[in-house]
Amino acid sequence: MNHSENRPAYLAHHFSTPIQQAETSKLGMWVFLLTEILLFGGLFVAYAIYRSWNPDMFYNAHKFLNVTLGSVNTVVLISSSVTMALAIRSMQLGKRQPTLVFLWGTLLLAGVFLIIKYFEYSHKFHLGQLPGKYYTFVGVEGYNPHIFFSIYFVMTGLHGFHVLAGMGVITWMIIKTRRNIFSSEYYTPLEMTGLYWHLVDLIWIYLFPLLYLIG
Amino acid sequence: MVVETGNARDRHISPLKVYLGIGFALLALTAITITVSFIDLRGWNVVVALIIASIKGSLVALYFMHLRYDKRFYSIVFTMGLLFLSIFIALTMFDTLRRGDIDITKASPIKKEATIYQNMTAPDSTSGHDPGGH
Repeated sequence: MNHSENRPAYLAHHFSTPIQQAETSKLGMWVFLLTEILLFGGLFVAYAIYRSWNPDMFYNAHKFLNVTLGSVNTVVLISSSVTMALAIRSMQLGKRQPTLVFLWGTLLLAGVFLIIKYFEYSHKFHLGQLPGKYYTFVGVEGYNPHIFFSIYFVMTGLHGFHVLAGMGVITWMIIKTRRNIFSSEYYTPLEMTGLYWHLVDLIWIYLFPLLYLIG
Repeated sequence: MVVETGNARDRHISPLKVYLGIGFALLALTAITITVSFIDLRGWNVVVALIIASIKGSLVALYFMHLRYDKRFYSIVFTMGLLFLSIFIALTMFDTLRRGDIDITKASPIKKEATIYQNMTAPDSTSGHDPGGH
């Protein structure tokens, strides 16, 4: 076997073809996303238990979340998913400049999401709607409203950390794109970043109605 | 050894209008779920909200995450995650919603004023007989 012949630079030596390499990455990524679903799954279970035990308290407490800011953030995150998908599409077509523009757009929208989240959080900190024993707010009817805010902060907080991590990875992808590492032949890291980013969007799609829109 | 590159790679490039169309569909469904949440459906609100969220989630997984065009195996991995999550939720809820039914002293106290029951009277509901909802 001659390893030096006809092997593109991006193909690691332990893979025989680019297809095999790309499919291996993708399978690994999907298994990672599966663990992410289960990570958030534990929190969804906690939510289900406490909401079924305290339906009235959850209804009363959720009124203190800002539906407008939550809705704007949903629109922001969906838009960022579209720009991420378009960034990958541009690279599939071999267009580097549009890829960079869409990646910057995604990064910007992720930043807007976190800034809005910051305003929501600081308002709640100010009112004393904090998790667990730090809860000092008076005005929610029902038994132990701090439980709702504990779940709210842990779920949106973990999601927020994922957005932050995503911004880090997108920045890394911008650097790699600028260094001309990707082409229409090889763009696997971009594709994996996209899968991760869409999962972050997917989780928010469930968090938004469950926390902000308790009917 | 000759390595196949380029077009040999099994891939799908979605047209621009697919991504934009899915994006608009997601925004429209968001508007619908917000509107519906302000209508009282007598406890069915959470069901409707979860159905709409699942439609949105499916669109993201099928079109943005390319599950519709990729190898079936990735869909199987993803579905496995959802399957185990639903087992996790369902079996836990069987327990936590029905504890009062099995605990005979809690379900039908012999003497309600007895001191041992006083710590059990958490407001709302601990037995889950009344799922409530608004």
